[in-house]
Amino acid sequence: MDLLLWGVLPYVMVAILIGGSIWRYRYDQFGWTTRSSQLYESRLLRIGSPIFHFGLLAVIAGHFFGLVIPMAWTLAVGMSQDFYHLNALLVGGVAGVGTLGGILILIYRRRKTGPVFMATTRNDKVMYVVLTAAIVLGLWTTLASVFEGEHGHNYRETVAPWFRSLFILQPDITAMAAAPFSFHIHTLVGMLLFSIWPFTRLVHAFTAPLHYLFRPYIVYRTRDKVPGAVRPIRRGWAPIGTEDRTRDKK
Amino acid sequence: MRVMAQMGMVMNLDKCIGCHTCSVTCKQAWTNRAGTEYVWFNNVETRPGQGYPRRYEDQEKWRGGWKLNKKGRLALKSGGRVAKLLGLFASPVQPELKDYYEPWTYDYKTLIDAPLGDDFPVARPKSLITGKDTKITWSANWDDDLGGAPEMGHLDPIVEKVRRESEDKIKFAFEQTFMFYLPRICEHCLNPSCMASCPSGAIYKRVEDGIVLVDQDKCRGWRQCITGCPYKKIYFNHKTGKAEKCTFCYPRVEIGLPTVCSETCVGRLRYLGLFLYDADRVTDAAAVTDEKDLYESQMDVLLDPFDPAVAAAASAQGIPDDWIDAARRSPVYALAKVYKVALPLHPEYRTMPMVWYVPPLSPIVDLLSDQGHDAEDSGTLFGAIDALRIPVEYLAELFTAGDTDRITAVLRKLAAMRAYMRGITLGQEADVDIPASVGMSPESMYEMYRLMAIAKYEERYVIPKAHVEQAHDLEEMGCSVDFEGGPGMYEDSPFGEASGRPTPVAVENFYALKDRQTSDTASGAATLRNRVNLLNWDGNGAPAGLFPETRDVPRAAAASPADLHGPVSDSGTGAGTGDGDSAGTP
Repeated sequence: MDLLLWGVLPYVMVAILIGGSIWRYRYDQFGWTTRSSQLYESRLLRIGSPIFHFGLLAVIAGHFFGLVIPMAWTLAVGMSQDFYHLNALLVGGVAGVGTLGGILILIYRRRKTGPVFMATTRNDKVMYVVLTAAIVLGLWTTLASVFEGEHGHNYRETVAPWFRSLFILQPDITAMAAAPFSFHIHTLVGMLLFSIWPFTRLVHAFTAPLHYLFRPYIVYRTRDKVPGAVRPIRRGWAPIGTEDRTRDKK
Repeated sequence: MRVMAQMGMVMNLDKCIGCHTCSVTCKQAWTNRAGTEYVWFNNVETRPGQGYPRRYEDQEKWRGGWKLNKKGRLALKSGGRVAKLLGLFASPVQPELKDYYEPWTYDYKTLIDAPLGDDFPVARPKSLITGKDTKITWSANWDDDLGGAPEMGHLDPIVEKVRRESEDKIKFAFEQTFMFYLPRICEHCLNPSCMASCPSGAIYKRVEDGIVLVDQDKCRGWRQCITGCPYKKIYFNHKTGKAEKCTFCYPRVEIGLPTVCSETCVGRLRYLGLFLYDADRVTDAAAVTDEKDLYESQMDVLLDPFDPAVAAAASAQGIPDDWIDAARRSPVYALAKVYKVALPLHPEYRTMPMVWYVPPLSPIVDLLSDQGHDAEDSGTLFGAIDALRIPVEYLAELFTAGDTDRITAVLRKLAAMRAYMRGITLGQEADVDIPASVGMSPESMYEMYRLMAIAKYEERYVIPKAHVEQAHDLEEMGCSVDFEGGPGMYEDSPFGEASGRPTPVAVENFYALKDRQTSDTASGAATLRNRVNLLNWDGNGAPAGLFPETRDVPRAAAASPADLHGPVSDSGTGAGTGDGDSAGTP
């Protein structure tokens, strides 16, 4: 069982994430968008969305710090375990709570604003459940360590070595298996999230427009070689109705 | 010097009657889809009025276009690159649907399905966004024809500004007010701020004709362009999550047809043609310090296609000869640069817009006629242009960044043209003093009159086709002459009619047209293999093959197969049965 969960599943997840993203990038450029709902509602979005996104960026940075950088390195530069732990708790806790608060505002907005809820697909709803679960469970692992105090679990001796061992294709299954349940469930939900990632609107994160910082302001492009050519119609990810409202089709 | 060609448009506002035909045909052609209900690539605004979306010209609020930074360089008014990326998660200034309007339809079904009752059934308005009952409070043209102007007229940002700066207040009292229409499309700017705002780089300007388009595959819905465009002519399709904008009807323009809005314009007020401009000088021209100099600097960027040096440079840049020739015959170049009567809309946004406007003389003429003057007399008109200051100041805020002298000069030209041509039409001797008073020769004034008043179709629209070298590619699958069954080889293929690749439409059209133009009868059928191409049917008579052949069999028997498909006409032939033989459209 441990082999399946911590030795096989991660690679399945990576295969789906990479393969799915490539597939979607090639075949569904038209569906690759944030599907912003700011046109419908701006006030709550302007509160919730930045909190959520910036919180998430901090959370990602925290994961990188905790998982990729070995404990030996931080000890070597003189960062004590307690100091590290306090930092992770403070920064991680703030970022996590912010992310959770942000997404709660966004979910509230999505449910309570009529047009936004109308524009929510089933795909979105599934994605929201998984995303929120991953955030809540992640926060739980962090907060749990507060109450456990000194006896809290040091994930840098279990989860982190396992995470790094995945990259050299020799997964350290026993290390991960030794981690407590809360970490197990958070990791599993996280893997689920990354598995559905390419098939949801979350893909917009992969095309974060950092090249905007470097490109020229004015973009010239030559016309298609065949003027007026009709491009073969590709299937969009979510079918775009040509009727006024699809509600009539029920 | 880097010469580039730019498709441009000029609208002669004196001719606009505000019928909205351009808006409607544009909408039918481009934005009649779900997600674009509120999208009007072309809209017609009544000025004074708030415009669409409401108060879009208030750039202190919407932060569209460019400004000069402390160093005197061009910078986006909505913030630099870093600021834009930081604002990505929730665009700080973005119009919401309520700034446009909530699109709706009516529940027409109730009219038919309502059960018998005492009350007369009513088709209630239903929101196209929520699908629920809605109360209609605004639309794309709520303040059309000054509707509600006494109460809402002051909301026009330009009215606000002119009132702030002027002693005479703009009046909305019935006798003192003025009004004209302003049709708007995307300006296809030389220095577009929407493009500069797009984080993905999905908005681009076509090298060949300068048309600004959104790559629908590259757009990721970051929606910064909507803030960036000061004219608010980029819309967010809320179904696809992509930005959409006026396309200058590029599929039509590429084959030499005018845009839908131009073609269907009832007042025939739109002109289409080419500008040649120096792409290297655009940024500098957009960065001149004084806003009132922007018009001049924009004119300087436009190149004279009659100048041999410009033509040589254009050729060197790969602009085909027929395009350079079209640039010489361009009506938009003539109106903008030769006669200098067309002005850009809001040059102070520093985007170098390429849709130009001939300002309307009509507010002044109307006011004069209402006061009992002879509004066509040059003396009266000239005096009135200066005396009736408010319309001039209002126009100046729209077209010259507040420079009233420039507006007055244009209006005087238009007034001079009226008076001069009226003299000629009334059989009086041409008064050469009138053209001279506005610095024009009688000949050029007559030419201007031809272009503006007669406005022949082929003079209004000088649209060179997409590269002739590539024109072959327009035909289906390369050159149709080479096609099996192409011109000169149009006979049955050895394996029967249906064998081989299908005959391209172009080949059938070619033969059908030739047949129609050279035969005496309505339409011969010899070359059509008893098939009728309905695209070529001119409505005269019934060419053989339009209906299935009548067989000399009892009527009941002949009708029975057609019964399955459709109605049977008196002669016993089924119309439009969809049989393989009779359905002529390829």
